[in-house]
Amino acid sequence: MAKNTKKGKIVIDRERCKGCHLCIDVCPNNRIEVDASLNKKGYSPARFKETVNEGDKGCTGCAQCATVCPDVAIEVYRAK
Amino acid sequence: MSEQIEYTKIFGRPESLKETPTHYCPGCGHSVAHRLVAECLDELGLREKTIGVPPVGCAVLAYNYFNFDMVEAPHGRALAVATGIKRVHPDKFVLTYQGDGDLAAIGTAETIHAANRGERISTIFINNAIYGMTGGQMAPTTLLGQNATTAPGGRDPRLHGRPIDISRMLAVSDGVVFVERCALTSFKEIRKAKKAIKKAFQCQLDDLGFSLVELLSPCPTNWKLTPKASWDWVNNVMVKTYPLGVIKDITGYEDKK
Amino acid sequence: MPSEKMLMNGSQTVGEAAVRAGCRYYFGYPITPQNELPEYLSARMLDVGGTFIQGESEVASINMVLGASVAGGRAMTSSSSPGVSLKQEGISYMAGMELPAVIINMMRGGPGLGNIAPSAADYFQATRGGGHGDYRTPVLAPAGGQELVDLTFVAFDLADKYRNPVMLLGDGLMGQVMEPVVFPDFIDLADLPKKDWILDGCKGREPRAIYSMLLGQQGELYKHNLHLQEKYDRMTAEELRWETKEAEDAEVVVVAYGTAARIAESAAEELKAEGIRAGLFRPITLWPFPLPALRALSKKVPKIAVFELSMGQMVEDVILSVGERAEIYFHGLPGGIIPTPAQVAGFIRSAVKGDGIVGRRIDV
Repeated sequence: MAKNTKKGKIVIDRERCKGCHLCIDVCPNNRIEVDASLNKKGYSPARFKETVNEGDKGCTGCAQCATVCPDVAIEVYRAK
Repeated sequence: MSEQIEYTKIFGRPESLKETPTHYCPGCGHSVAHRLVAECLDELGLREKTIGVPPVGCAVLAYNYFNFDMVEAPHGRALAVATGIKRVHPDKFVLTYQGDGDLAAIGTAETIHAANRGERISTIFINNAIYGMTGGQMAPTTLLGQNATTAPGGRDPRLHGRPIDISRMLAVSDGVVFVERCALTSFKEIRKAKKAIKKAFQCQLDDLGFSLVELLSPCPTNWKLTPKASWDWVNNVMVKTYPLGVIKDITGYEDKK
Repeated sequence: MPSEKMLMNGSQTVGEAAVRAGCRYYFGYPITPQNELPEYLSARMLDVGGTFIQGESEVASINMVLGASVAGGRAMTSSSSPGVSLKQEGISYMAGMELPAVIINMMRGGPGLGNIAPSAADYFQATRGGGHGDYRTPVLAPAGGQELVDLTFVAFDLADKYRNPVMLLGDGLMGQVMEPVVFPDFIDLADLPKKDWILDGCKGREPRAIYSMLLGQQGELYKHNLHLQEKYDRMTAEELRWETKEAEDAEVVVVAYGTAARIAESAAEELKAEGIRAGLFRPITLWPFPLPALRALSKKVPKIAVFELSMGQMVEDVILSVGERAEIYFHGLPGGIIPTPAQVAGFIRSAVKGDGIVGRRIDV
């Protein structure tokens, strides 16, 4: 259901990201993946998976990713 | 049917942190620590009253990231410099942000005596068990058996002495009112660290005495581990020498959930 | 009351002068022969609502001065030779960061732990660094007494004017001797020029960062050093101080500073009875050294006699000033030995006669 899977969303600044991928590890709902294409600094940044496939959980806006992100590269939004 | 969902931003860059991207390595603990310090200053409304003293170490350029007044200090002397500042501006908020070499090697005397005088200063102590900026030499907090460029083969107690627990030493002093050790290596611990930092800042605001938060911090580059493996090393190995938790608390504050 | 006459020892005199000159922050560590200065200020600072901290070391003290200075205060530290060695890192940093500060050195015998007698062997340390990097420290050399008051006021003004550390170089003798001095009235701190670069919290303005590390690849440190040198060039042009006595038609001019100059002055007086015309050239700024004045004088007099309470440090600046324009003689007493005027007169007489009995001719 679209509503339940869109409680939250994140915006990752891919040029700020240094590819440490700690966010990918902590996300409880597997909403972040590695973007293999390099950013300007030569890192493979993290990328938010916008599309929620059947059976997957969506982003809840828990902000664990942003909390562990060393580079303040992630903004977190929650649905009103 | 596509719905227009309205979102509110619940997490972003704190005002006490500049937009400037940092030079810290991927997965470095400094970046998280900077953000936590900035968040606490924002929440306590302190940015415009704060004067900070960074270390000589990887965070020597912290004035490029922190959005408040800062002054460089010679290596190790941050707490003496901070003492001078606080005596001129007792009504302002003075903090030092120091690494293990700055605070517990070359700066040991300045650290102990500022703490012992009960200076109303808050110190953030970044412990990554290595000298990062200079390329991986042994720190006073390097663990036994841990490799460092000046302890090849690993730290040996006979050759190199044992790691120092400066936070516990400082706790002995009556001038020190709050010391807590946290880690920056899990979501839960990062949240605890922020609470500890805020408590330390409150000690200064309430004129109680000297406060310090030690943050076990990953250094993937000099530990030669991935960021994730660095987290594991802190959580499984480093905490055995440096256990987490409150080391001293005579603030009388009740912990709020 | 516009001024007060008091009788106190030299160290206390400097302390009282500092407080009247607007110093409200003193950080120091005990070391003989200047202990009376921190002892005096430990009480006096509280009288005027200032801060006194006996720091845990001379290192800590100079760094507390750095902090108080960047926060906008008039701050001072004091020590004696070995303790001043410890302060060199802080002084270099403050020069690089362009921070005002006043450092008092009541010199004692060295090198190393030395003794507590009044030597004057820190001339090199004071005028040639002694910290690292391309910087200079204005050095004021009072000859005791009233100059301890007057030059303390000058020190604070110079420090603020140029945003640089300034040193007042005394010695154990003038620190201990009690002389009547007149103190000007207290400066009103509100009259001091406002400092628009200090750290006091960024309310209403952009945050400031004060540092001396300039790693950039665009020659930032190069440019900064040129900027610092421009200040030092201005000091060299505008802040020279010296005193001469009966030097213009002398047959020998004695060059000496501080306590050595006072003894030399008495010696010159004694020599009048023998018909020897000995003049005096007394540098008061050791850096910048009053080279042009000494150079001009050396064109008129045949002999220059340098007397120091050291193995010979200022003599190098004399050689730079004089060159071959006059004969240069040198006599030095290290280790805190204080000669009588008669003994110094012996050197001056030897210089006049060229007999090499006391002191020696410098081969330029």
